[in-house]
Amino acid sequence: MSEIAIKADKLTKKFDDFVAVDAITFDVKQGEIFGFVGANGAGKTTAMRILCGLSKPTSGSATVAGFDVYKETEKIKRNIGYMSQKFSLYDDLTVMENITFYAGIYGLSDKEIKDRGESLLSQLGISHEAKTFVASLPLGWKQKLAFSVAVIHEPKIVFLDEPTGGVDPVTRRQFWDLIYEAADRGITVFVTTHYMDEAEYCNRLTVMVDGKIDALDTPTNLKKQFSVDSMDKVFYQLARAAKRSGD
Amino acid sequence: MKQLLAFVRKEFYHVFRDKKTLLMLFGVPIAQIVLFGFTLTNEIKNSRIVVADYAHDYASQEIIRKIEASRYFEVVKSNMSHDQIETAFKTGTIKIAVIFPANFYNDLSHLNKAQIQVIADASDPNTATTLTSYLNNIITDYQAQKAQQTKVPYLITPEVKMLYNPELLGAPNFVPGVMALVLMLICAMMTSISIVKEKEMGTMEILLVSPIRPFLLIISKVIPYLIVSIINLITILVLSVVLLHLEIKGSLLLLFFESTLFIISSLALGLLISVRAESQMAAMMTSQMSLMLPTMLLTGFMFPIENMPLPMQVLSYALPSHYYYVIVKAVMLEGLGFMSIWKETLILAFITTVLVVINLRSFKIRLA
Amino acid sequence: MRTLKFLLQKEFKQIFRSKSIIFSIVFAPIIQLILMPLAANYDVKNIYVAFVDHDHSTYSQKLINRVYSSIYFKAAPYSASYDDAMHLIEQNKADIIVEIPQGFEDNLVRESHDKLYLAVNAINGTKAGVGSGYLGAIIRDFNQDIQMQWKQPGHFAEAQTIDVVTNNWYNPYMSYFLFMVPGLMVSLLTGIGAFSASLNIVREKEIGTIEQINVTPIRKYHFLLGKLIPYWCLGMIVFTIGMLVSRLVYGIVPVGSIPLLYGFLAVYLLTLLGAGLLISTYSDTQQQAVSVAFFFVLIFNFISGIFTPIDSMPEWAKALAYISPISHFAQVMRMVVLKGSTWPDVLPHLGAVFALGVVLNTWAVLNYRKTT
Repeated sequence: MSEIAIKADKLTKKFDDFVAVDAITFDVKQGEIFGFVGANGAGKTTAMRILCGLSKPTSGSATVAGFDVYKETEKIKRNIGYMSQKFSLYDDLTVMENITFYAGIYGLSDKEIKDRGESLLSQLGISHEAKTFVASLPLGWKQKLAFSVAVIHEPKIVFLDEPTGGVDPVTRRQFWDLIYEAADRGITVFVTTHYMDEAEYCNRLTVMVDGKIDALDTPTNLKKQFSVDSMDKVFYQLARAAKRSGD
Repeated sequence: MKQLLAFVRKEFYHVFRDKKTLLMLFGVPIAQIVLFGFTLTNEIKNSRIVVADYAHDYASQEIIRKIEASRYFEVVKSNMSHDQIETAFKTGTIKIAVIFPANFYNDLSHLNKAQIQVIADASDPNTATTLTSYLNNIITDYQAQKAQQTKVPYLITPEVKMLYNPELLGAPNFVPGVMALVLMLICAMMTSISIVKEKEMGTMEILLVSPIRPFLLIISKVIPYLIVSIINLITILVLSVVLLHLEIKGSLLLLFFESTLFIISSLALGLLISVRAESQMAAMMTSQMSLMLPTMLLTGFMFPIENMPLPMQVLSYALPSHYYYVIVKAVMLEGLGFMSIWKETLILAFITTVLVVINLRSFKIRLA
Repeated sequence: MRTLKFLLQKEFKQIFRSKSIIFSIVFAPIIQLILMPLAANYDVKNIYVAFVDHDHSTYSQKLINRVYSSIYFKAAPYSASYDDAMHLIEQNKADIIVEIPQGFEDNLVRESHDKLYLAVNAINGTKAGVGSGYLGAIIRDFNQDIQMQWKQPGHFAEAQTIDVVTNNWYNPYMSYFLFMVPGLMVSLLTGIGAFSASLNIVREKEIGTIEQINVTPIRKYHFLLGKLIPYWCLGMIVFTIGMLVSRLVYGIVPVGSIPLLYGFLAVYLLTLLGAGLLISTYSDTQQQAVSVAFFFVLIFNFISGIFTPIDSMPEWAKALAYISPISHFAQVMRMVVLKGSTWPDVLPHLGAVFALGVVLNTWAVLNYRKTT
């Protein structure tokens, strides 16, 4: 399991003279849950968008699932799942129609769509809601559903951009159960968050400040490194030095 | 007051930072004036006419020369058969054909009577009517010229004076219409879309819980569009004078006063739509269906109201744009004063008041 | 291909579930197509004439009666002076003033010559031109009658007359509906098509679902085809509704081939929707898309020749009309419906529309970026 899923080397993204991502370098191993922690505006989302092939980097290099982020974005897209903070399911389609649509455009066969769709619904305990419009689901359910849809094609890597924004702690816990299950199946999870309790759930994580990576290790080692007893304090120490203010 | 200013400033940022929307806000009025001024003329000219001259004599040649000299026609000389004319009509390259039979001059000078055949592509009836009447005039002229050599008795000469628009241009008729249309469009459609957008995005709730009073909130949404409309009004007037050489005959002050009244009524309509519409698309559809089209069709600037069936004429009298159009025409083109338009002004003011009252009521209900 | 199937499934469901879209494609066109031609009637009639008769003679009375008996003219309130009549014009109660000078009859008989004074409200140029033309013809007729009455044989030379025989092809009853309805159908279809297509992708941008699409391995042209095909079908439906309305309400039966119309429509819709998608790829918000679409639809509608003849426009407007698919389709509609034009006749228009379609769609695909 020591194969490299994501590799970034001095990856940089500038918007005019604003450096959103400043020469970040890191590796993510296959099957790992890798956390990207940082204040709003630290550059997490920009970095993730580059890795997903949504945005071209200005300089540096990176590969995702072995493919180059400059030239092989479409190949990357075949191997990843993605769920963003902006809600990604169609409100005016039903639960099952959303599943069918996303599974369909990833090229699953009709039988696969039916089987996986049903098992997904029963896993989430919402089989009876298959014909409900997504618009009328509670937010927590929507987000769990969005995650399950993002991994329905069993991608190598799944990118989650602040997936639990605005949901209650219980639902967040349930959401992380889903993440662990996916990781157990060998899916690499790349997640951004600004909840420090979530940071604790990651195998390894890095704290991003002003577009730079300041620390990268397991939660335990990071706490040791900064001689504190919680991730909150690690984050606080690093973020204090930040020049950019969050929005 | 300070709060209001803060909100107005925010709305201005929204409006002025969005370049593509600005194209709509300021580009449409300019484009419309240019288009209406130069292209929307109902005058018909440069129409291609086939002349089949089987006579080829002194008289036919002279008439053809007259047709060629007219700016209404572009002559194509060709002795086409009926079938060939039909083919030309079907490809749409030719509008009308005139055929001089053999012995035209002979018949005319010996029998005192000769015939010319005109075939018009009447798929566009107005063009066909107009072109045939141009041709008739040319031929009548020719006859009159011939007749002058002999003295014509008991002659009545009508002396025609075209008032306000001696060259019969399209622009004078359209400019007041464009003003009504543009102001209506920007005030009603853009306002309603921008408010519904805040509803859709959920930012409306945030604004509603802020300490600003809802009434002021709405005022602040409306002010930028009011200002944009007044800028547009000035642009339209300047362009009409500079580009279309139209003279503003009446009082500018009166014109601005009446325009402001109309703008307020349009803004009130936009607000009403925004109360009802659930999505931006719905707001757009509603304003198009219930404001744009009626304004274009029923104010009387594109199509004559007296030709319409009675229910539509009645409807036309319920539109604020109808009165505004009449007022602008009177003040701007005919140079009339307030005394000639006080009735229209009163009705416009009445409609505006009703709309504003309905709006205030629906606010209270919304907040209850 | 499989991807396309799922895209289409999704789009069709979204479209047919949206009440506002269904309203705008089914009810709006029916209502508009019924109402617009009633309003869009350029026939010039009901011209109000005010006579200022200073003569009060048999002749002046004859002339007045003659004018008012014409179907084009109606009597404005009586006015004793020119100023009175002018007032009527200012109040829009009269369109034309005819002033008959004192001694009109006497002068005509003794001096063999007199003048009539016509003042026309020319703010509406068409009405003024056509109205004074009709009035001139009546006066000419009246004049000829008087000449006939007074003329003594042999005293004057017999006048030569040229008889102009006019045939009005394709529309012998000169029905304005026959001309306007096909044109308005084009205008309506274009509005609906351009707006809905340009709003569509932007909507996904605003809601945020486009991100989710962009991280999938979907191909750009698949995605755009998925957007284009449903609206293409909608366009076909709207057109069919339009044809039914014009048949049932106005009794218009195309002289030419209906398959030809649909064939041309098929190509036209591709071009139109391509333009809509292009706008969509350039816009970030629905408000922007509406603004831009509106701007272009408006311009191209007015130079399309649907409302005023293209021949009369200045060269730059003619050039614009040539690159506008709307004017080509409007011409073809009228050609086929009224004149029964055939394939070879419409081929140049088809070529132009097709070329535009290729350009617009290629541009849209190139400009749609999954990666920024």
